[in-house]
Amino acid sequence: MTQWKHQHLLGLQDLTAEDIELVLDTAQSFKEVSSRDIKKVPALRGKTVVMLFFEPSTRTRVSFELAAKRLSADTLNIAASVSSTTKGETLLDTARNIEAMNVDLMVVRHGTSGAPFILAQGLKCSVVNAGDGCREHPTQALLDLFTLKEKFGRIKGLRVGIVGDILHSRVARSNIWGLTKLGAKVTVCGPATLMPRGIEAMGVEVCYDIRKLIKNSDALITLRLQKERQQDKFLPSLREYGRLFGINREKLAEGSDELIVMHPGPTNRGVELSAEVADGKQSVILDQVTNGVAVRMAVLYLVLGKHDM
Amino acid sequence: MGLLIKNAMIVNADKIWDTRQDILCEAGKIVKIAASIAPDGHQIIDAKGKKVLPGLIDIHVHLRQPGCEDKETIETGSKAAAKGGFTTIMCMPNTTPVIDNAMVVEFIRREAQRVGLVNVYPIGAITKAQNDQELTDMAELKSAGCLALSDDGKAVLNSRLFRLAMEYAKMLDLLLIEHCQDPCLSAGGVMNEGEVSTLLGLKGDPAIAETVIVARDIEIALYLNARVHLAHMSLKRSVDLIRAAKAQGIQVTAEACPHHFTLTDADVKSFDTSMKVNPPLRAKEDVEAIQQGIADGTIDCIVTDHAPHTKEDKEVGFDAAPFGLTGLETSLGLTITQLVKPGVITLSQMAERMSAAPARIVGLGGKGRIQEGKDADLTIIDPDKKWTVTKEGFVSKSVNSPFIGRTLSGRVEYTVCGGKIVYAPVA
Amino acid sequence: MPSVQIMDQDAIRRAVLRMAHEILEKGGVKDLALIGIRTRGVVLAERLRTAIKGIEGKDVPGGTLDITLYRDDLTLVGPKPVVRETLIDFDITDKRIVLADDVFFTGRTIRAALDALVDFGRPALIQLAVLIDRGHRELPIRADFVGKNIPTAKSQNVRVFLGESDGQSDHVDVQGAV
Repeated sequence: MTQWKHQHLLGLQDLTAEDIELVLDTAQSFKEVSSRDIKKVPALRGKTVVMLFFEPSTRTRVSFELAAKRLSADTLNIAASVSSTTKGETLLDTARNIEAMNVDLMVVRHGTSGAPFILAQGLKCSVVNAGDGCREHPTQALLDLFTLKEKFGRIKGLRVGIVGDILHSRVARSNIWGLTKLGAKVTVCGPATLMPRGIEAMGVEVCYDIRKLIKNSDALITLRLQKERQQDKFLPSLREYGRLFGINREKLAEGSDELIVMHPGPTNRGVELSAEVADGKQSVILDQVTNGVAVRMAVLYLVLGKHDM
Repeated sequence: MGLLIKNAMIVNADKIWDTRQDILCEAGKIVKIAASIAPDGHQIIDAKGKKVLPGLIDIHVHLRQPGCEDKETIETGSKAAAKGGFTTIMCMPNTTPVIDNAMVVEFIRREAQRVGLVNVYPIGAITKAQNDQELTDMAELKSAGCLALSDDGKAVLNSRLFRLAMEYAKMLDLLLIEHCQDPCLSAGGVMNEGEVSTLLGLKGDPAIAETVIVARDIEIALYLNARVHLAHMSLKRSVDLIRAAKAQGIQVTAEACPHHFTLTDADVKSFDTSMKVNPPLRAKEDVEAIQQGIADGTIDCIVTDHAPHTKEDKEVGFDAAPFGLTGLETSLGLTITQLVKPGVITLSQMAERMSAAPARIVGLGGKGRIQEGKDADLTIIDPDKKWTVTKEGFVSKSVNSPFIGRTLSGRVEYTVCGGKIVYAPVA
Repeated sequence: MPSVQIMDQDAIRRAVLRMAHEILEKGGVKDLALIGIRTRGVVLAERLRTAIKGIEGKDVPGGTLDITLYRDDLTLVGPKPVVRETLIDFDITDKRIVLADDVFFTGRTIRAALDALVDFGRPALIQLAVLIDRGHRELPIRADFVGKNIPTAKSQNVRVFLGESDGQSDHVDVQGAV
């Protein structure tokens, strides 16, 4: 098996297929830990993990926090406001101040693409990207891959559709990297106004017909649609979005019974997914949440090795 | 006592002299060019092995003063210009306050004279406070010393207002310089829209934001039979539009910056905020088209769009960082390295694009050519000298250069402005 | 590096059979369960279970323990060792657990295994079965069932090869000079 060589996890763009497989295999072991009565192992005893979030997030932060705690690391949450990092104090200053308290790892979420790169270049501690701008959200994609592998036993050859606001989605980009590296066939589907220019260069196909996509997919990763997109004029209305790209029982019935529906949460019920689909037997949304903890445990464990040898 | 430059290989836009000449400068003018001039107690520069060009002129610089003296001042900007080989610079009006009245123009000219290094010509605003609402008192600005007007930093978006500005400026024989960008189309974009912005998840600024304004301004210039100068062209499509317009005799001139003929949007992958400029770094085919446009004269002149920003301003992540890079001190090196050495243009053409053409466009008749009777503005360079751009090497207040670490060919040896040495090698 | 073979296939087979008898003598099959430490301890545990079934005709529960996350040198090693699954699908509380490992050396692996085991419940008794005891303990731990005691120098390397895990015929050798 390959060895992990990365001090940071900034995105799936930087990982090889073998690296990704290693995270998924390691996560498999950690999933067992979370199912025990005593859900804690001493692997990261004495390590300090800081969650530095410049954007509000409950799900991702809690998932990382549980992951760190189940590995016996000490955790600290910092909800940083972007305003404290404008004039005077730079992003790196903020992070260096925290690092100076002997922190071993920072989990960073920031509204700007590339912010974790700036931190990784300027800090000695490990940096794990918990979402940067519209660029990457690597642990979300890893947990999606884990869930797909759990359901289908493989990634290679799977036909995966990613549905929604591709333009603004870091989840989409990370999933495209991960899925294509592991040999899945990826199709992106959403309104043309929310389809980024040149997306085909990432090795995906573009489709604007959700019914066609459903008929030809093994799994659908649906994306959260931010309500602001309507104000930004990308969409005539959420209602129209739901009509064209929302997934309900009737549309889903045109696909295979084995088709699974995923969503990174939180779901806008009635927009991306109807309630009966979100709660239906083809939905694996809660499995994704469970697997998120295991995958993040694996990432924290691997990244916190020594890399200077 | 004058300044005597011995053994000069003179490079003018129209000709490179094939024998060494001596150039005598007295009272700010070139008084004599001859094979051998007696020293006669003059201050002497031996230019043996070097090339002597007419002083470089940059008609697109941001000096930040008044208002943002932490980024640059007229003094530090003048030093940077002199070090970069420029003897004349024109500063854009997007200061605080905006250069939209005679008082601000006079302040800048007085301060530049006090510093006493290079010629500084303020560019006045087209609209008051650059608000895209009311025209400035253009005649007053002209009489205060403005050679050109611009709302640089943004376009005059109101097309009727721009038409009126062009008519009025034509009456006064003032040049209008347009920053071609439709902000509605840019929509907060921070880099070129395309495969790379898609990959990086950064907001894209589409090519059409530039080209629709280029096309509009060409149409207005044609309609009014007036002239317009298009700032920092970055796209193949813009070059094509300008080439076609010029072929029809429309009075359009254009400029481009070294970064737009050197870097591509793929360089943004490093997330180095020095790569964040407006207009953004474009695709490879655009870089090639800009080079071609400079070669065939579609692009008339090379400017730096020198836009200094402090480290604190830039170290805030790609979205929040301001646009702009510091350019005065790397422009000549980049032009020689990217254009002259690979044979895209000759040294003479460089003298045309960096001195003669800008002088002609803004109407500086005494500049742009080494000739008896002209201003004694000279740039003495060693085009083969290699040097490496370092943070420490900048004399500008800001070091937001994407070229740090690059080795360039072509270094300024002496800058002579008004017959006075304003930059000379330290050792 | 020169190596000397010290056990062959037959010797290993006999040692495992004897250890199975000893485990039964010390408490029968009541509440007995065998847990192997990855990787070769798992093979040893399986062989002991098979031997016990051969003697008593009864299946006893078996499990697999990966002690990676409990190692006391995790912060020192790098890159991080690969973690594999722990598989214990029965409740160990009040059981008599026999932990199995191939080579018993410093005792640190067993210390980690004990820590790991108590996270799964509270056994009535934990005993230790090892194929080779080579000495040089760094912790106050001893084995209850030993296949063979081999005096070694600390610098030497004891290598155990078992068909199931190593794809070659069973043998044990010692590498390096005394």
